[in-house]
Amino acid sequence: MSMDLAENTPTAEELPSLPRDEDGPVFQEPWQAQAFAMTLALHAQGQFTWPEWAERLGAEISAAQANGDPDLGDTYYLHWLNALESMVASKGIVSTDDLALRKEAWDHAAHITPHGQPIVLPKVG
Amino acid sequence: MTTHDDHSHLSDVELRVRSLESLLTEKGLVDPATLDAIVDRYENKVGPRNGSRVVARAWVDPDFKKRLLEDASAAIDSLGYTSTQGVDMRVLENTARIHNVTVCTLCSCYPWAVLGLPPAWYKSFPYRSRVVKDPRGVLREFGLDLGSDIEVRVWDSTAELRYIVLPERPEGTQGLSESELADLVTRNSMIGTEKAASPQNGDS
Repeated sequence: MSMDLAENTPTAEELPSLPRDEDGPVFQEPWQAQAFAMTLALHAQGQFTWPEWAERLGAEISAAQANGDPDLGDTYYLHWLNALESMVASKGIVSTDDLALRKEAWDHAAHITPHGQPIVLPKVG
Repeated sequence: MTTHDDHSHLSDVELRVRSLESLLTEKGLVDPATLDAIVDRYENKVGPRNGSRVVARAWVDPDFKKRLLEDASAAIDSLGYTSTQGVDMRVLENTARIHNVTVCTLCSCYPWAVLGLPPAWYKSFPYRSRVVKDPRGVLREFGLDLGSDIEVRVWDSTAELRYIVLPERPEGTQGLSESELADLVTRNSMIGTEKAASPQNGDS
């Protein structure tokens, strides 16, 4: 492999020690699994290619690092979700505006739902 | 009774995921049952056990090993572990002289079909960057101190090509069955950050 990859990265001494996992669940929270599954489902339908996906995810990770994310692996699915939103917007599948509106609707639905009951989105006309 | 702050709350990311899922469902692009099936597959059915069986087969069956090294995707497919992303896989054989270790420096491309989902450290920037710069140092942190006579090769995965390490068969395993051998093949040994376990301490 090419060692050029190392040129723009800090030296080993500048980096924190490696985070270690405990062989725990592969997803820390359910939303991570949902974001992962939606991506695979859309890819399976040919909405985007896997190289397109990898490039977008890589770009999100680089952008997060540029914004100060130490990127220790715990924010991985956040990058994943950012990449998925960006992908569906750029492919014209779901616009950023539609997402924002729907997010408000879900937030409202959560607020009017007593704790412990399933949160249901009211039918929109 | 409903008090003022007894309402439900969804975090920002939960709201974003729910929003996306409900919109995609309405457009007929995903359905919740399919999503559940995908999650179940990756949480419960796919995992490093698949890779362990591939390695154990290669240890006991020289013909399979030859096919595995020549065309990993086809050989792995023949055992029923098929990649759903349509990516090619390549198997890297460790020997007494060569130690292979894999990484994805760009994001975290990983041979899901045989190893399941990657561990957190594999996805972390420290691993992705340091294993390229200082593979021996990183391997030492994993407890693997390789002599200077062993060549260390680092392989960078891509969206189209994923690597799996074929670890060396441990000493003293002549009498073991294929499934007992598979128990010695750890996930990390197939990433290349450790060796396959020895029979005496391989009961973890």
